[in-house]
Amino acid sequence: MAEPSPAPAENRRASRKAPAPWGDIVFKGSTTAFAFLVLALIGTICVVLYSKGHLAISTFGFKFLWNTAWDPVREDFGALPSIFGTVVSSLLAILIATPISIGIAVFLTEMAPPWLQKPVGLGVEMLAAVPSIIYGMWGLFIFAPIMARTVQPWLKSTLGFLPLFQGIPMGIGMLTAAIILAIMIIPFIASVSRDVFSLVPAMAKESAYGLGATTWEVIRGVVIPHTRSGLVGAVFLGLGRALGETMAVTFVIGNAHRISASLLNPSNTIASTLANEFSEATSPLYISSLIELGLILFLITTTILALAKFMLWRIEAQVKGAPR
Amino acid sequence: MSAGKISGGRYMRRKAVNVAMLVLSGASAAFGLFWLFWILGILILRGAPALNWAFFTQLPTPPGMAGGGLANAIVGTLMLTVLATAMGVPVGLMAGTYLAEFGRQTALGRVVRFVADVMTSAPSIVIGVFVYAVLVQPMRGFSGFAGAVALAVIMIPVVVRTTEEMLKLVPNSLRESALALGAPYWKVVFRICYRRVFGGLTTGILLAIARVSGETAPLLFTSLNNPYWNFDFTKPMGTLNVTLFNYAMSPYDDWRSKAWGAALLITLGVLCTTVIARLVVSRTQIGRS
Repeated sequence: MAEPSPAPAENRRASRKAPAPWGDIVFKGSTTAFAFLVLALIGTICVVLYSKGHLAISTFGFKFLWNTAWDPVREDFGALPSIFGTVVSSLLAILIATPISIGIAVFLTEMAPPWLQKPVGLGVEMLAAVPSIIYGMWGLFIFAPIMARTVQPWLKSTLGFLPLFQGIPMGIGMLTAAIILAIMIIPFIASVSRDVFSLVPAMAKESAYGLGATTWEVIRGVVIPHTRSGLVGAVFLGLGRALGETMAVTFVIGNAHRISASLLNPSNTIASTLANEFSEATSPLYISSLIELGLILFLITTTILALAKFMLWRIEAQVKGAPR
Repeated sequence: MSAGKISGGRYMRRKAVNVAMLVLSGASAAFGLFWLFWILGILILRGAPALNWAFFTQLPTPPGMAGGGLANAIVGTLMLTVLATAMGVPVGLMAGTYLAEFGRQTALGRVVRFVADVMTSAPSIVIGVFVYAVLVQPMRGFSGFAGAVALAVIMIPVVVRTTEEMLKLVPNSLRESALALGAPYWKVVFRICYRRVFGGLTTGILLAIARVSGETAPLLFTSLNNPYWNFDFTKPMGTLNVTLFNYAMSPYDDWRSKAWGAALLITLGVLCTTVIARLVVSRTQIGRS
């Protein structure tokens, strides 16, 4: 059964018999109005961002998307460095976070003894609850100095011939931001993966065990193929989170409007540009350009999150539709 | 005979791969917890010394001067959170009630559910930009009210979805028995369904509060900051989160130490609210079974 069973109020035949008392009409009308309000909210966000960013959109046109300049004095603005930083830091974070998150989900569903499941699950949940700004502060004062002293010089000395690892190891920069982003999105990917893993019918797993498969073989041969689109959804959800993450990145990315191949160099993301410059922007064109950046970020993240949601719905429908 | 030997070797290899993968999965769980304990440890180590009586009772000192506290920011955070809760929770509850009671199969229900899910993870800084554009710019000034609106917008989708999930747990037979006794539907929902899942609804609201009380990005250009006492929602209002951001970026040692204190306080507040929320829901689940 893919569809949830209707609430009694949705049962048309019952409601046709007698006219609803006025209290129920008010009740249905007002809850419906509030449901519309939620829809109106997201619509208003899009319209307002577009209209307030219109000055920048009409001044720069599509060139805004690939212009690399960001010069408040000459009023020449382009989004490319911020978009580049946003996308690269998030993709790196996903690269780091995905295997670890799936590992955690496997641990929680298939491996951990019951007495360990709860505390570990709670710990992972706590990791998600720690506010973004705390990650940022810890990243700037504790983690970045460690990166500068140990990890980055080591990367430079072993892999320094690659353009990815050149420049001065300052601690802050793209790589540090990506690692912190990865830590922040691990709990989200892990908890969604755990949920989709638990959708796998026990019978399928037990059949594989009955054929003599090891735990890992069951995971690789039954659980993961069963939940592939759900896992993709989980990763997309993490990606959506990482793209819009603000405070943690603002602390550690270094805030430089430039595109650099090296992961050790400071960079910028859309969110960190907004956090740093919005309250200081004075001219209308400057503010409008920042709002257009916000619109771009909103469109990118909602697209990614919508895709994630779509994937997760598909797996739920698939599991509920299949005979158990 | 040799076939048996080969299959034995293969068996050992499969066993070894299995153990290796399971160890890896355990290691990744340990990896996740490692960061949690590292961050919490550092927060306690650096934050606890900053928390003294003055921290909770006095106003901030001018830049570079030692002493003082963040009393105004603590009160500001509480005021903003309360106002945001008062605005966001009723909207979320009502919309969530629609989803569970009228919108399980309607097109509007599906769309709202989808939008709420997407908005739960939408970047909070964009919400800040939005509120800046609709409230701060037209009113020509940063205000505590604008900050509270931004937080309320972030709370709404969280409350919508938890309310819906909770109300769906109420068995239809319960609704039907109340309806059969002649109760109007609104009374059935508010008096019976809500009461049945009261713990779950509380959890949803507490989680939404925990979520917004850690938010900084949407406050940066809505409520801004204020180093003085302010109980007027039409003026900029100091909050712990924004103060922490400004202090951490400052060059003064005393301010940085206060920033660690604020960080510890915020984290304790958020984590305690989260844990309490979990306890409430697990207790009601025990009650249900």
